[in-house]
Amino acid sequence: MTALPASRLPAPLLAARNILTFLLRSPTSAFGLLVLSILILTAAFAPWIATHDPYAQDLNNVLQAPGNGHLFGADELGRDIFSRLVWGARITLTIIFLVSIVVGPIGLIVGTTSGYLGGRIDTVMMRITDIFLSFPSLILSLAFVAALGPSLNNAIIAIGLTAWPPIARLARAETMTFRKADYIAAARLQGASPLRIIVKSIMPMCLPSVLIRLTLNMATVILTAAGLGFLGLGAQPPLPEWGAMIATGRRYMIDSWWLVTFPGLSILCVSLAFNLLGDGLRDALDPKQMNRR
Amino acid sequence: MTASVAIQDLSISFGHGPDAVKVLPGVSFSVKPGECFGLVGESGSGKSTVLRCVSMLTDFWTGKVEIGGRNVRDVPLKDRCRLLQMVFQDPYGSLHPRQSVRTVLAEPLRIHGLDDREARMRRALTDVGLPVEFLDRFPHQLSGGQRQRVAIARALILEPAVLLLDEPTSALDVSVQAEILNLLARLREERGFTYIMVTHDLAVVDHMCDRFAVMLHGEITEILPREAIAGNGATHPYARQLIAASLEYEGQI
Repeated sequence: MTALPASRLPAPLLAARNILTFLLRSPTSAFGLLVLSILILTAAFAPWIATHDPYAQDLNNVLQAPGNGHLFGADELGRDIFSRLVWGARITLTIIFLVSIVVGPIGLIVGTTSGYLGGRIDTVMMRITDIFLSFPSLILSLAFVAALGPSLNNAIIAIGLTAWPPIARLARAETMTFRKADYIAAARLQGASPLRIIVKSIMPMCLPSVLIRLTLNMATVILTAAGLGFLGLGAQPPLPEWGAMIATGRRYMIDSWWLVTFPGLSILCVSLAFNLLGDGLRDALDPKQMNRR
Repeated sequence: MTASVAIQDLSISFGHGPDAVKVLPGVSFSVKPGECFGLVGESGSGKSTVLRCVSMLTDFWTGKVEIGGRNVRDVPLKDRCRLLQMVFQDPYGSLHPRQSVRTVLAEPLRIHGLDDREARMRRALTDVGLPVEFLDRFPHQLSGGQRQRVAIARALILEPAVLLLDEPTSALDVSVQAEILNLLARLREERGFTYIMVTHDLAVVDHMCDRFAVMLHGEITEILPREAIAGNGATHPYARQLIAASLEYEGQI
């Protein structure tokens, strides 16, 4: 009897540990997890990891090649590229975090309500989603940023506004598959309101696939943010945003390859890591794999 | 607590305009308080639809359904939940896969603001013959029969007067079927529930029901007492055929 409550309490923790061990078993998702932990640790300990002040200009060392005190070289104003990348990890993580906490709930709420309620509400909500989906997301975010004014915060808002429709679609499709299920009918017979059914019965069912989609989306978010930064509409100088670093380094690309190579590699690694992790999560959260754990 | 059920001219059609399909052209029957009433018939004859209409899961029907003398359409949602509950056919689909038994049983109590939840949940589980420790199990940790017991406990926890049983045993294997049927029979004896039971199986009717109706294409062909099965006392040709086929099948075994 005493063992039972003990095994019940950390159930979410237990599930998290199961998922983690499952992810670590496959090399690709283990790589994704590794890169992301490095990213998070780098962002957290940026002041200690960075060798230089990311904003400190040193005009004696302009465009210095890697080595000689500068691990990844120095840029056109003599700023240490390694330190700028380390501090840039914070910006990248902020973008991902803010976009995800905006996009996930919006997509989930829109998708589940329109899927469960159906009828006219569904039609209206899905047509709005269609309008957002019919633009290429980068072009739409460009339009939003152009309207709001170029800055990092506006870039985050713009990306958030363009990234929710696929998630809403996914959540709606998931909801449609089990809105007629007997357990939903049973909940209705117990007097549960539509809101209660959506929150308590439908959302938990949609959550795994939305989480997976969100993780896969993060790669796109990073690339869009980098793209906006590259076009000068995202983070403004002197912020060490990776996309913006490539944009300014482009002019010196032929002679000083390190200006674009290292930020480019960072973007590549992180977006690849998110994709691999998303794939791994899809396997880990798949109900068919439950039995294997 | 017990209540009668009276259904008059219950009719429903799905679809609109020329494509509309009339599933129930006008069903009428009444069930006495504490009675077990069976609905039998072939697949697609509208048995389950009757239950879904009575429980208001499908609400665009016409006609009149009275439970304990009150029109179901006039009973507020929360009162209706405490008047009738339903047990579904497939115990694998009727329990939320991500909710523990505790959540399944606690939700109705929370919705209706009932206190003393822990004691009520324990009593409901004991009533259906499950140990109290099962509160912390998830559906995938239960067998089919145990799941169906949990589904019955969920239906009982609001202490309804009428229980609608939609083929409660057809998804279970034979030995478990008998257990569930005995459980349902015992609960009716103890609590005086009124049952309306949909089934394919005349043996189940013979075991459980006081009277039963034979349905064909949405219409009730004949309402018979249980005793009519043994000697095939039906007069309508389809009902006779159905009972004869069943008796022949039983005889072969």
